[in-house]
Amino acid sequence: MTQPQPPRHAAMLSISNGGSSLAAAADKQQPPQHLHTQSQSSQGLRVPSNRKTIYDRHLNRSRNAELSRASFAFLFAEMVTYAQRRVTGIQDLEKRLNEQGYPLGLRLLDLLFYRTMSSSTSSSLSSSSTSSSPPNRPLRILPLLHLIHGPLWRLLFNRPADALEHSVSPETPNEYMITDNDPLVNTYISVPKEMNMLNCAAFVAGIIEGVCDGCGFEAKVTAHNQPTEMWPGRTIFLLRFGESVMEREKVLERAGVK
Amino acid sequence: MSYYFTVLSPTDVPLFNIAFGTSKSGGDGIARFRFPDTAQYMNQFIIHSSLDVVEEAQWMNGNMYLKHIDTYPPASAYISAFLTPSGARFLLLHQPPQLPTNASSATTGSSSLLGSSFSGSAGSSSRASASSVAANPTSPQTEEAVRQFMTEVYENYVKTVMSPFYRQGMEIKSSVFRSKVTAAGRKWL
Repeated sequence: MTQPQPPRHAAMLSISNGGSSLAAAADKQQPPQHLHTQSQSSQGLRVPSNRKTIYDRHLNRSRNAELSRASFAFLFAEMVTYAQRRVTGIQDLEKRLNEQGYPLGLRLLDLLFYRTMSSSTSSSLSSSSTSSSPPNRPLRILPLLHLIHGPLWRLLFNRPADALEHSVSPETPNEYMITDNDPLVNTYISVPKEMNMLNCAAFVAGIIEGVCDGCGFEAKVTAHNQPTEMWPGRTIFLLRFGESVMEREKVLERAGVK
Repeated sequence: MSYYFTVLSPTDVPLFNIAFGTSKSGGDGIARFRFPDTAQYMNQFIIHSSLDVVEEAQWMNGNMYLKHIDTYPPASAYISAFLTPSGARFLLLHQPPQLPTNASSATTGSSSLLGSSFSGSAGSSSRASASSVAANPTSPQTEEAVRQFMTEVYENYVKTVMSPFYRQGMEIKSSVFRSKVTAAGRKWL
């Protein structure tokens, strides 16, 4: 299973030291002239000299790999700084963080399904059962929320979220809340007093919004501070689903779809 | 058997399409549609007209692979659909090869009325020369082959999507992706 992987920077290194390694790679496969014409014919598409494109890499390779928390904190701090440039207020800043998270949510959704699908088929191969069912796309709000609360949170933070609640107010049946007692993104961030409304987990809210939208559930997601004595960094993600989603939810309920 | 495969974004923008033929049982992998003059636009037309069925089916059935969902008898075109969780649609049009006139009339009759796998497999035993995948678009073997094909394309699609330079709704232009889809078609269909 585990093959020795080439070092991460192999492609970059071989590009930077130019001719020698390119020739070495070409020696293995074909004469250098041929390599040259091929790269010209493919309309400026640069193939790494070790010929490993993203399509040759396995998607489960980094499945159990963990990212260094320090480097993540550094990267996220830079993202907040970047988002803070030329913003007019806290809401604007949170909106920008949300927009940075959104495309990530769309991607994670596909990756999450791919990984659960491939693990379920491989386990079924070993037990040789024919009824391996890949995970279902969420059709109703509740399965979607469970997907976010469980698998998505585990993929991102290695643990499920802390609570999942439905709004008790009869006026807002379209509101749901996901609670994280100690969001990883806020661990190394202390918000200045004059900006105490700011919650940088707006980035995570953007990820959630991307996941909801990708599944076809139009939603607005915001992050709110709600500290308790035990959890000073407790954050609530408020999901507000759109009219169309609530209408469809009623139709599907009548049709008996789960 | 000839195939036309297309990827549509959640907002119905075509992201990728390819036509190819079967490579099983001596096929050379070149598409030979029944009406070659009009195939280029008719295939797109047929495949896009099945979107209504897909959109109805996608909220009734949570599977990613929706199986055979639509048939267009005049061109004996069968359409299978696969939905990614993020809303992209993979549609595959398959058209069995043209048979002698008496057999082809039987094919269209059975396909339009009885889409069941039983009648399809019964038909194949009489036409033993063709392979199981090629001859019966609704047989369980074909469904399984198409599912395998879709799953392999999905893997490559996820790799495309994970690229930081790809935004949702962008056309997939990578020649590597195209060759991977061709390879999947050769392997399964």
